[in-house]
Amino acid sequence: MTQAQVQEKANIPAEIEEPGIRKWWEYFTFNTDHKVIGIQYLVSTFIFYCIGGVMADLVRTELRTPEVDFVTPEVYNSLFTLHATIMIFLWIVPAGAGFTNYVLPLMIGAKDMAFPRLNALAFWIIPPAGLMLIASLVVGDAPDAGWTSYPPLSLVTGQVGEGIWIMSVLLLGTSSILGAINFIVTLLKMRAPGIGFHQLPLFCWAAFATSALVLLSTPVLAAGLILLAFDLLAGTTFFNPTGGGDPVVYQHMFWFYSHPAVYIMILPFFGVISEVIPVHSRKPIFGYKAIAYSSLAISFLGLIVWAHHMFTSGIPGWLRMFFMITTMIIAVPTGIKIFSWLGTLWGGKLHLERPALLFAIGFVGTFVIGGISGVMLAAVPFDIHVHDTYFVVAHLHYVLFGGSVLGIYAAFYHWFPKMTGRMLNEFWGQVHFAFTIIGLNMTFLPMHKLGMMGMNRRIAQYDPQFTFLNEICTYGSYILAVSTFPFIINVIWSWMYGPKAGNNPWNALTLEWMTASPPAFENFDKPPVLATGPYDYGLENAREGVPLSDAEPILSAGTNSVLRANPDEPYPAIAAETDER
Amino acid sequence: MQSQTVDPAKAELNYHHTMEAAHHEEHPDFRLFGLIMFLVAEGMIFMGLFGAYLAFRSTLPAWPPEGTPELELLLPGVNTINLIASSFVIHNADAAIKKNNLRGMQIWFGITAVMGIVFLVGQLYEYYHLEFGLNTNLFASAFFVLTGFHGLHVTIGVLAILAVLWRSLKPGHYSSEKHFGIEAAEIYWHFVDVIWIILFGLLYIL
Repeated sequence: MTQAQVQEKANIPAEIEEPGIRKWWEYFTFNTDHKVIGIQYLVSTFIFYCIGGVMADLVRTELRTPEVDFVTPEVYNSLFTLHATIMIFLWIVPAGAGFTNYVLPLMIGAKDMAFPRLNALAFWIIPPAGLMLIASLVVGDAPDAGWTSYPPLSLVTGQVGEGIWIMSVLLLGTSSILGAINFIVTLLKMRAPGIGFHQLPLFCWAAFATSALVLLSTPVLAAGLILLAFDLLAGTTFFNPTGGGDPVVYQHMFWFYSHPAVYIMILPFFGVISEVIPVHSRKPIFGYKAIAYSSLAISFLGLIVWAHHMFTSGIPGWLRMFFMITTMIIAVPTGIKIFSWLGTLWGGKLHLERPALLFAIGFVGTFVIGGISGVMLAAVPFDIHVHDTYFVVAHLHYVLFGGSVLGIYAAFYHWFPKMTGRMLNEFWGQVHFAFTIIGLNMTFLPMHKLGMMGMNRRIAQYDPQFTFLNEICTYGSYILAVSTFPFIINVIWSWMYGPKAGNNPWNALTLEWMTASPPAFENFDKPPVLATGPYDYGLENAREGVPLSDAEPILSAGTNSVLRANPDEPYPAIAAETDER
Repeated sequence: MQSQTVDPAKAELNYHHTMEAAHHEEHPDFRLFGLIMFLVAEGMIFMGLFGAYLAFRSTLPAWPPEGTPELELLLPGVNTINLIASSFVIHNADAAIKKNNLRGMQIWFGITAVMGIVFLVGQLYEYYHLEFGLNTNLFASAFFVLTGFHGLHVTIGVLAILAVLWRSLKPGHYSSEKHFGIEAAEIYWHFVDVIWIILFGLLYIL
C-alpha cells in the first residue's frame, strides 16, 4: 500500500495533515487525541496542585505558632483533609496518568490509545469531581476527618462534606480504573511490529505495573466507600461499633487500596527517572531487566503489605509480623532500581545544566531518604513509637514530594519539547530546581525530629517546645510556594516564545522522539521500526544519538533487542519512516 | 548479525488494522480484552464486598445475629436456577449469530431478557416479604447491600441485552463476522451469573 492509498483509505481529513498545529482553545474541548488528553490531564492537575499547595501553606501558617491564631480548628481540619485528598487523588495520581497518556502510545509506535473515547471520558470525570470536592468548602461543611476518613469519626462530623468526599473519591477512582484498562490494552495489543516486551522503554513497564495495581486495588476502595456511604446516608452500621459493626474492616478495605496507591503514585515516576537518566547522562541504562521486573515485583508486594498502616489498630501479633516482613522486602526491588540508576549515572557524561537531569538526581536523593524512613516505620516497635506523629508526615512527604513531585517536574522538563515543540529556559529551570530542593528539605527534614520528639500530626495547637522547628517548616513551605512561580512563568513564556526544539533535542533513542514535535494527529505515518534498543547510548559513536535525518530507513524486525541495518555500521539507527516535514 | 525481515505488507496491514474503518473505530480484539479487564475490576469490587461480609461475620459471636428471621430458600433457589439456565440460553444466541442466524439470536436474547426480568421481579418480591429491613442488624444490612448491588448489575445486563436487541433490528448491524455487542452482553451476563452463585452460597447456604 502506498502512502496515498493508506491516507485515502483512512479518510483522514485535510486539516490534520499539518503536523501538530493546535489552537489553544482546542484543549478546552472534548477531544479523543491521546496527546490533547494528556495535556488536559497535566494542566488541570497542575491547577489542583496549586490549590492544594495553597491549602498546605495555610496549614503551615496556622502551625507557625503554638496557639490557634490563624484559622479556626474546624477550618484547619478541613484544610489538611482537602490538602491530602487533592494532592493524592487530583494531582499525583492523575498527573502520572497524564504523562502515560501522552507518552505511552508514542513510545510503542501506536496511533492512539486502544479506546480513545473511553480515554476522554476518564479525563472528563476529573474536573467535576475535583470542583465538587473544593466546592464543599463553600457549603460550609467540608470533609474534616482526614484523607483516611476513618469511620467512627467520619460518621459523626459533617454529613454533607463527608458525602461529597465519598462521591468525589469514587468518581476519581472510576476515572483511574478506566485509564488503567486503556493503558493495559494499549500496551499489550497496539505495539508496532517488532517491539516485544524487552524492547519497551522502562516507562512502559512502569505504566503496566501501575495499571495492574490500579485495576486490582481501586475497586476494593470503591467497595469500602460504598459501605461507608450506606453508613453515612442510610443509617446502616457496617463500620459503626454501636450497631455491631467493625471500623477495622474499613481500615483494611481503605488501605488495601491506599497502600498500593503510594506505588500507583511513585511507579510512573520510577519509569520517568529510568527514561531521563540514561538520556541526559548518555549511557545505556544499567540493568534494564532488573528495573523492568522490579516494577512488577513492587506492584505484587505492594498488594500484600497494607496492614502496616494498622499496627496500632489492634490486629493480631502474627499478622503484624507478616506485614512487617513483607513491607521490609519491598526495599529490595526499590533498592535494585536505585542502584541501577546510580550505575547508569556512574561515569556518564552528565548534562547537569539540564533541569530534567537535576530533578532526576534530586529525586534519587530525596527518595532514598524517604525510603529509609519507610523501612524504619516498617519495624513494628518503632512504628508504635512514632505512630501518627510528624515522623510519618516527614516520611510520606519525602516519598510523595521528594519522589513523585520531583519526578513530575523531571518529566515536564524532559517531554516539554516533545509536547509543545519549544525548549524550556534552562536557567529558570535551574532556579526552580534550587528553590524546590531547598524548600523541600527545609519543610520536611525538621519534621523527622518533631516526630521523634512526639509532636502529633493533624493538630492545630501544640506544645511550645516545638515552636522553633515548626517555624523552619513553615518558612520552608513558603519557599516551596515561591518555587512554583519560575516554573509556571517559564512554561507559559516558553510555550509561546521559546526556541524551536526540533524532533529530538536530547538525541534520545526512544520512539517518541522519532516523530515531529509536537506529533501530528496520528503520531506516525507508517509503523516505526526499531533499529536499536531504547537505551543504547554507550555504543560507539552513539554518544550523542543519531538525528532522524541521518538514520537509514529500514524495515526489519525480529526477536533480537538490537537490530541494525548493517552489523558493521556502528550507528544504532532508528528509522521511523516519517515524511520530510 | 542476521536480522529477521518481516514482510512489509504484512507489518503494515497489522499496524493499519484500524485503517479499514475510521481511525477511532475500535478493534474487536481490543474491545474483548478491554471488557475482560473491566470485569476484573468489577470482580474486585465484589471481592471487596465479600471480604467485608466475611470479616463482619467472623467478628460477631452469632451469625446471623440473634433475632434475625430465617431466610426462605425456595424463591431464591428458583431464582438461582433461573439465572443459571439463562446463562445457557444466552450462549445459544452467540452460537446462532455465528451461523448468521439473526432471528435465532433475537429469540434467544429475548428469552434471556425475560429470564433476567423474572429474576429481578423475584428479588423484589423477596425483599417485599422479608421480615427485616436495611437497618435491622448487620446481617440484614449486608444482605440488602450485597444482593442489591448484584441486582443493579442484573439490571444493567438486561438493559445491555435490550440495547443489543434494539440495534439488531437495523438490518445488517450484526453478522457472523461482526457481533461484538452480542459477545460482550453474553460475557457480562455470565459474569453476573458467576457472582450470583458465590453470593447465594455466602448469604443463604453458608
